[in-house]
Amino acid sequence: MSNSSPVAFGAPPSTWEEFTEGLWQRNPVFVMVLGMCPTLAVTVSAINSISMGLATTFVLAASCFLVSVLRRLVPKEVRIATFIVIIATFVTVVDYAIQAISLDLYEALGAYIQLIVGNCLVLGRAEAHAARTPPIPATLNAVGMGLGFTLGLTMIGGVREILGAGAFFGVPLFGPDFQPWVVMVLPPGGFFVMAGWLLLFAIVRRRVAAREKGAAQSAAAANSGACHGA
Amino acid sequence: MNAPAASPAPVEPVQATPTFALLRTLSVVSAICGLIIVASYLTTLDRAKANRRLAAERAVFKVLPSAKSVKEYWALPSSEITLAGGSDPPAGALRFYAAYDAEGKLAGIAAEGAAKGYADTVRVMFGYSKGCDCIVGIGVVSMRETPGIGDRILTDKGFLANFKALDVRLKEDLSALVNEVKVVKHGTKTQAWQIDAISGATVTSRAVGKGINDAAQLLLPRLVPKLDKLEEP
Repeated sequence: MSNSSPVAFGAPPSTWEEFTEGLWQRNPVFVMVLGMCPTLAVTVSAINSISMGLATTFVLAASCFLVSVLRRLVPKEVRIATFIVIIATFVTVVDYAIQAISLDLYEALGAYIQLIVGNCLVLGRAEAHAARTPPIPATLNAVGMGLGFTLGLTMIGGVREILGAGAFFGVPLFGPDFQPWVVMVLPPGGFFVMAGWLLLFAIVRRRVAAREKGAAQSAAAANSGACHGA
Repeated sequence: MNAPAASPAPVEPVQATPTFALLRTLSVVSAICGLIIVASYLTTLDRAKANRRLAAERAVFKVLPSAKSVKEYWALPSSEITLAGGSDPPAGALRFYAAYDAEGKLAGIAAEGAAKGYADTVRVMFGYSKGCDCIVGIGVVSMRETPGIGDRILTDKGFLANFKALDVRLKEDLSALVNEVKVVKHGTKTQAWQIDAISGATVTSRAVGKGINDAAQLLLPRLVPKLDKLEEP
């Protein structure tokens, strides 16, 4: 799914490519399918999704920066332990910060803030990217990945809030007679909406591929016709 | 996922890192992380405490609408009551809030009760009025009940009507409530100390009733004899 990734080949990616990689082309939610626990659990509203995404982005960026700075000092035998300690540190920082910003938000996100420690996206990026990349590109890549994660979460959370609560970012959309589709804000709704988005992307990708194939075939046909005629 | 498939390094004997280097790395990293955590804890502590106090006061104003100012008290196990200090409450102390109206008269007492609901603990704030020896309002401090089912305890008019005058009179010897607060099946409430459950949300309704009952059984015997002390703010 990511063969076209600039990083998969030997050539070092440009700074811009590092940043944009995670936004869409290798989106953590829809392409890499990492970090499903918060993706399915907290996306009951758009604002929760954005908050969770930004919290994860901060943890990801800060951890990847520190992992990258320390990458030459950390022996490989203890690298996982070190990475987890670093990640847990920044999760704790975010935990305190959210308590200071808004208790309502803290209640809404609940245990999922602490569970960012176990989000495989964070450890995955620290281990697979930051541990072998200089600090600046590593941090940029982490910010891109985090924003891609935020985007993915918000796309799921937005749809769930619209269908399940008839609102978007807390603003009612359909008036008082709207009968909310409650299952969408219950756990199964997370799976439905996630699957819906993946289905949509698969259809689009297939269409695009088919069109490219058709174009290539007609070009080939035109070519062979030309050869034949010659 | 994106391991650069660098040309395989020439085979060389695996060099074990010295134990001291491992220990040093782990200690240095832990020390740095420890500093970061402590620094962020200290910087956010005041804001977080202020937030928690504001949230509690908001909940008190909701259950006692005539309240204009709120003071936090502890009811100690020795059945003394003291104004809450800056530190954490002593062991066994029960936290409650005395609310005063615009003229500075005691408008009521608010306290928190908690019990296990369907998904998680349901924490409710209830307002107690000494005039009627009854509970005059409830609000939810936190819950994770099913949207559209359990969370109707916040909106269901019939359910909230239970808490206009829920009887919590104490026995003569002030040891316990005359009648335990009980949650009954929807439509079978006959007494002032019963709570009519929401049909379809019995578990959450029971959690509200149990939370109130447990908290009232503990707090009111300590509080009621001292109510006069709270008259003036």
